[in-house]
Amino acid sequence: MNKSDKISGAEAVIRCLIEEDVNLIYGYPGGAIMPIYDELYKFQDKLNHVLTRHEQGATHAAQGYARVSGKVGVVTATSGPGATNLVTGIADAQIDSTPMVCITGQVASHLLGSDAFQETDIIGISTPVTKWNCQITKAVDIPKIIAKAFYIAKSGRPGPVLIDITKDAQFEMMNFKYEKCKSIRSYKPMPDYSLKDINSAVSLINSAKKPLIVWGQGVILGNAENEFKEFIEKTGIPAAWTILGLSALPTEHPLNVGMVGMHGNYGPNVLTNQCDLLIAIGMRFDDRVTGNLETYAKQAKIIHLEIDPAEVNKNVDVDIAVLGNVKKTLPLITKNVTKNSHKDWLSKFQSYYKVEYEKVIKDDIHPSKHGLTMGEVVREINEASNGNAIIVTDVGQHQMVACRYASFKQSKSNVTSGGLGTMGFALPAALGAKMGAPKREVVAIIGDGGYQMTIQELGTIFQTGSAVKIVVLNNEYLGMVRQWQQMFFEKRYASTEMINPDFVAIAKGYYIDAKKVDKRKELKSSVKKMLNSKKPYFLEVKVEKEANVFPMIPSGASVSDVRLE
Amino acid sequence: MSKNINTYTISIYTENNIGLLNRISAIFLKRHINIESLTTSPSEIDNIFRFVIVVSISEQNIKRIIKQIEKQIEVIAAFFHTDKETIYLETALYKVKSKSLFDEKHIQKIIKESQANIVTVSPNYFVIEKTGWRNETEKLYHSLEPYGLLQFVRSGRISVSKEPMNISNILGLNTDK
Repeated sequence: MNKSDKISGAEAVIRCLIEEDVNLIYGYPGGAIMPIYDELYKFQDKLNHVLTRHEQGATHAAQGYARVSGKVGVVTATSGPGATNLVTGIADAQIDSTPMVCITGQVASHLLGSDAFQETDIIGISTPVTKWNCQITKAVDIPKIIAKAFYIAKSGRPGPVLIDITKDAQFEMMNFKYEKCKSIRSYKPMPDYSLKDINSAVSLINSAKKPLIVWGQGVILGNAENEFKEFIEKTGIPAAWTILGLSALPTEHPLNVGMVGMHGNYGPNVLTNQCDLLIAIGMRFDDRVTGNLETYAKQAKIIHLEIDPAEVNKNVDVDIAVLGNVKKTLPLITKNVTKNSHKDWLSKFQSYYKVEYEKVIKDDIHPSKHGLTMGEVVREINEASNGNAIIVTDVGQHQMVACRYASFKQSKSNVTSGGLGTMGFALPAALGAKMGAPKREVVAIIGDGGYQMTIQELGTIFQTGSAVKIVVLNNEYLGMVRQWQQMFFEKRYASTEMINPDFVAIAKGYYIDAKKVDKRKELKSSVKKMLNSKKPYFLEVKVEKEANVFPMIPSGASVSDVRLE
Repeated sequence: MSKNINTYTISIYTENNIGLLNRISAIFLKRHINIESLTTSPSEIDNIFRFVIVVSISEQNIKRIIKQIEKQIEVIAAFFHTDKETIYLETALYKVKSKSLFDEKHIQKIIKESQANIVTVSPNYFVIEKTGWRNETEKLYHSLEPYGLLQFVRSGRISVSKEPMNISNILGLNTDK
């Protein structure tokens, strides 16, 4: 190769991304990553860079993009504060298994450890919250490390990877050759299942009288929605979802019995402690799902289908573990189980639903009282979108209400921050979701607290022109914390009330059409108007100030002690 | 379920990578588990490194920790063993004033009886090495203490398991060992 055939490390980074079919990056430039941005300028016809207004926004946008598209989200940022601002999004992607590659600039290698301007040990900082991370100090290492990064981010249980590239490595010239990574000898993304475990699972399922399925995001990440549906339809087993499993099965499916966990549905929570067999599919027994572990499904045999061996027996000891991608393992079980239905058992869920409907749901979605409720806003969005929208939620009361009442017809339609509970997630994630699924309606439902944590991303939405529909449910409180203060801290509302700005004026300041609703009679038409808009649109709904989310399993209580009021 | 605390020796085979030590120690940090000793060295396989870590935790916890360690990309395999299942040793060095060696005849007897070795002798100090179990190096420490220890240091545990760990098989390496 001639000397003139050499390219810079920075150009190599861009070429690697193109080789990995990346056409969209979220990021923010700065000193230590300027050579890469200079190359982005040259390659802008192949690689669209979206300038967010804060690096955290870039990570959440990449997460939203990844969650709806199934592709790897890519983020670029500079060293120091640019890199540290990524940490929340990386931690969120780690706990919610979202494939993401973050590329950060770093001070020149001869300055490492000298406390140079904008130097920070981002490898050290990001280690506990990344699936893998690596620092590059020589241009020649760039292709193989980036290839490895993409392979690791998307294989097995997906997760975030951070690559830190010193500035001198970005300038250094190298001969470019790219080969995709296909395996790493120390890394086994797909654990082996045993036929013995499959057979034991089959016989437990065949003999169960009161089986219950709890499924999680593993079904979605494994693209196993069809295999899952075939399994439940053949066995006739009622199936409940974790918050990240939501939308894998249509809301209206007769075997879909609702959400488990702290604000889940009454039936699946109570009946978790009555079932004789619990089949956990691609979920990790988070404490928000299980409540008190000492009293969780103790009467039941438990089968766990899971891709990550470290999740097996982590929180709940199981009788049978079927390792691997559920897309592979579920059909093996389905093939061998006898066709069944559990009508009487299913009707128990329906009875509990009736109780929950009368005590909670009716007043949430068809309120008779004066103030607007979060639940009726979600119902109006369901009706106006015909259940076809991607719903992106933030964290708190509105999130629980939206996940409880949103209706879905297709998978990958629910984007929320589950494990980490990151306020500020929704607005940038909705932008990413819209760019990852441009033909679909994307509605962000956000509380007034979380909205103000990343409100500056309105600028990114305006600049990209992405037709994100933003609904802020404004109760002028950090509502979930206030609810806990009411229930467990004798109404001492310490620092939860918010005096809010004129949200409509702020949206309009970003040239985004905006409207505020505080009357029921205007709600339906306002939601319709928002959804009919071809542009980004902001809708503020003033909801009741001190409404609470029920059912609720108080922290540390048993799932069967779920409270309806 | 047993919550009994045991001493476990963890053996980890890894690729050689900057930052892996940090990644492994972070697993213990996140769970508020104290690492009692940690040693890294090359293993019997070229370019494969071995960590030996000693912790005192419950059996349930050690099983979970091993899976978290194995989950790390550059970890090839991790194992845990009780003391009965391993051959293990530590090395201690004792630096003592040379004057004591010549003035106190008793010291030579201590060294001989404890099967320790004199590593070096200089006009001002001499250094004794003792390799063995913790109680042996501690016993020597207490025997030498009255004569004035200038310095004392003990290594982390090194250990080999009684049962094979079959790393070559995991890596698909052809070995006749």
